[in-house]
Amino acid sequence: MRIGLFIPCYVNSLFPEVGVAAYKLLKHLDVDVDYPLNQTCCGQPMANAGFENKAIPLAKKFEEMFKGYDYVVAPSASCAAFVKLNYPRLLEGKHFCQTSDKMMDICEFLHDVLKVRTLPGIFPHKVSLHNSCHGVRELNLSSASELNIPTYSKIKDLLSLVEGITVMEPDHVDECCGFGGMFSIEEPEVSVRMGTDKINNHLATGAEYITGPDSSCLMHMQGIARRTGKPIKFIHVVEILAAGL
Amino acid sequence: MSTKHSKAAARFLSNEEGSQWHNQSIWYVRDKRDTLSKGLPEWEELRNLSSDIKRHTVTHLDQYLEKFALQAEANGVIVHWAKDAGEHNQIVYDILQQHQAKKLVKSKSMLTEECHLNDFLISKGIDVVETDLGERILQLMNIKPSHIVMPAIHIKREEVGKLFEEKLHTEKGNSDPTYLTKAARIHLRNEFMSADAGMTGANFGVAASGDIVVCTNEGNADMSTSMPKLHIVSMGIEKVIPDYASLSVFLRLLARSATGQPTTTYTSHFRKARPGGEMHIILVDNGRSDILGDELHWETLKCLRCGACMNTCPVYRRSGGYSYTYFIPGPIGINLGMLRSPQEYSDNVSACSLCCSCDNVCPAKINLSEQIYRWRQSFDTIGKADKMKKAMSYGMSIIFNNPGLYRTALKFAPIINKLPHGLIYNGLNAWGQGRELPSFAKHSFEELWKKGQVK
Repeated sequence: MRIGLFIPCYVNSLFPEVGVAAYKLLKHLDVDVDYPLNQTCCGQPMANAGFENKAIPLAKKFEEMFKGYDYVVAPSASCAAFVKLNYPRLLEGKHFCQTSDKMMDICEFLHDVLKVRTLPGIFPHKVSLHNSCHGVRELNLSSASELNIPTYSKIKDLLSLVEGITVMEPDHVDECCGFGGMFSIEEPEVSVRMGTDKINNHLATGAEYITGPDSSCLMHMQGIARRTGKPIKFIHVVEILAAGL
Repeated sequence: MSTKHSKAAARFLSNEEGSQWHNQSIWYVRDKRDTLSKGLPEWEELRNLSSDIKRHTVTHLDQYLEKFALQAEANGVIVHWAKDAGEHNQIVYDILQQHQAKKLVKSKSMLTEECHLNDFLISKGIDVVETDLGERILQLMNIKPSHIVMPAIHIKREEVGKLFEEKLHTEKGNSDPTYLTKAARIHLRNEFMSADAGMTGANFGVAASGDIVVCTNEGNADMSTSMPKLHIVSMGIEKVIPDYASLSVFLRLLARSATGQPTTTYTSHFRKARPGGEMHIILVDNGRSDILGDELHWETLKCLRCGACMNTCPVYRRSGGYSYTYFIPGPIGINLGMLRSPQEYSDNVSACSLCCSCDNVCPAKINLSEQIYRWRQSFDTIGKADKMKKAMSYGMSIIFNNPGLYRTALKFAPIINKLPHGLIYNGLNAWGQGRELPSFAKHSFEELWKKGQVK
């Protein structure tokens, strides 16, 4: 089983440590993982802004880049969801989209494909889990609060394998933090209020860290927390899962 | 790159306390909806059924409308067909004229809002009285609904107290809800007693029986039709459903989704005129046939007008109904506004973070967020693309399609980390209004990989 690691543009440039943790974790789990060079972006920022035609060349390149792999794994639920849900339509009439079925967020991959049962790390901290919208409602990483279905959380399952961790969840458990790509600058006041409310809900759990599968949500909330001096730290889920590696 | 929505939202949010209260009040309704929906093990199955029935009905609309109209006529109801708002309003006025009706009492109807019926009738000298309490409060204040189910949700009881002092001569400074409700009852009772005609909307029109079904909590639809002998129903053509079996599905979903109640207090069926009276049903198109032909957006016709998408929408809750330029706010309103006129209502499309929560609460499973995403894709074609967003998207496209350029850009990006605060956080930086920028890493993941430092 060969895995192609997709490191989205903003993880590459702003949060490389998340990519490093993802790679280490997969290696530790004996996965044959490779990082194809010349990766850039999946195209979501332009598409959500209304220019999805600008994502088409990126989709084509993505398809070519990852065609030899059994799975494409990314430490970013939102980017994974964009590829999975939108590439088939973007490539329609051009060629059959293969990456859609192979694309996975790393949490999904660890939980559903590798079925990880043990992790070596220790993380003796209280964390509040940020259930990001696309992770919940597009990739089904956890049961969405609106639905009447049995409750589950793949991320909580994974985090609970780390020794010493206490996992909390905020009130309004999967309400949007207000990032939303271009939304964050087109509707800055609403976006910042959503983020502020979200951080307050996370803070109310008494957690030291906010963690989640999307660095984009974390980046937005971190920006607000830094501006307003909120005493909370941010860490990507995969960095916790790779603790000690 | 601001829109009318974002500017209005900013004004709404500048009242910190008021906007938090709005957010919390509406979240409370979303929360009640969650509790009630989770009380039915078959909830998700009901949503599927509801979606299927609506899809079936709107795609066989010609047959069901004909059946419905024939049944209604067989019951002695007079059926009218209105192509648009103008025709609808004229039909209502003509009926009132025929009966020399001067005063019309109305139960809540978003369709009559859509048609601007009240203004039209008032201009013709008709005394129009809204009888849903929220609607009546707004009518006395001379303002519009900010929510389709709870039209006056944004008004506090102290404001109602003040209004009633002036209009209904209640005690000064008394804003006790029971007291004010009683005053409203007395006031409305007099209006019911002296009305010449009653008007209702229609939550459903049952094709098999010709029934109009109206759901209210205040019984005002029944009051509006119990005194006057003339009953006029305004019904959108998409409101027709096949039969009672399908009605039973919708009735289990509607109130739970809308207000978190198992059912509305009154579920009233109107099948024929009262003895000696007359009942009219006006079937209104007003753009619905065009929506049906719209491949990407026809699903909006499945809407039950429950308002659940507004209640869950994190943007609606934090920006209020008036921040939207279309009379229906929230996710469904963004879509319906665009279907009404993309040129006029494109400012609402920014009011969405694409969180997709609306899709999950919708009792007819309308793909609301996907439709908003699709509208955004059309903006460049219709000349509504924001220049800055376009420039940014084109710029990103050039950089992302050229890995060499992307690498070079990243090499220089960390310089931004070192720039003076004032240079970065200026009026042009919308991100920086309430947030610090993230720092660019000294070495990107790709650089680390190439150096063999990822292991």
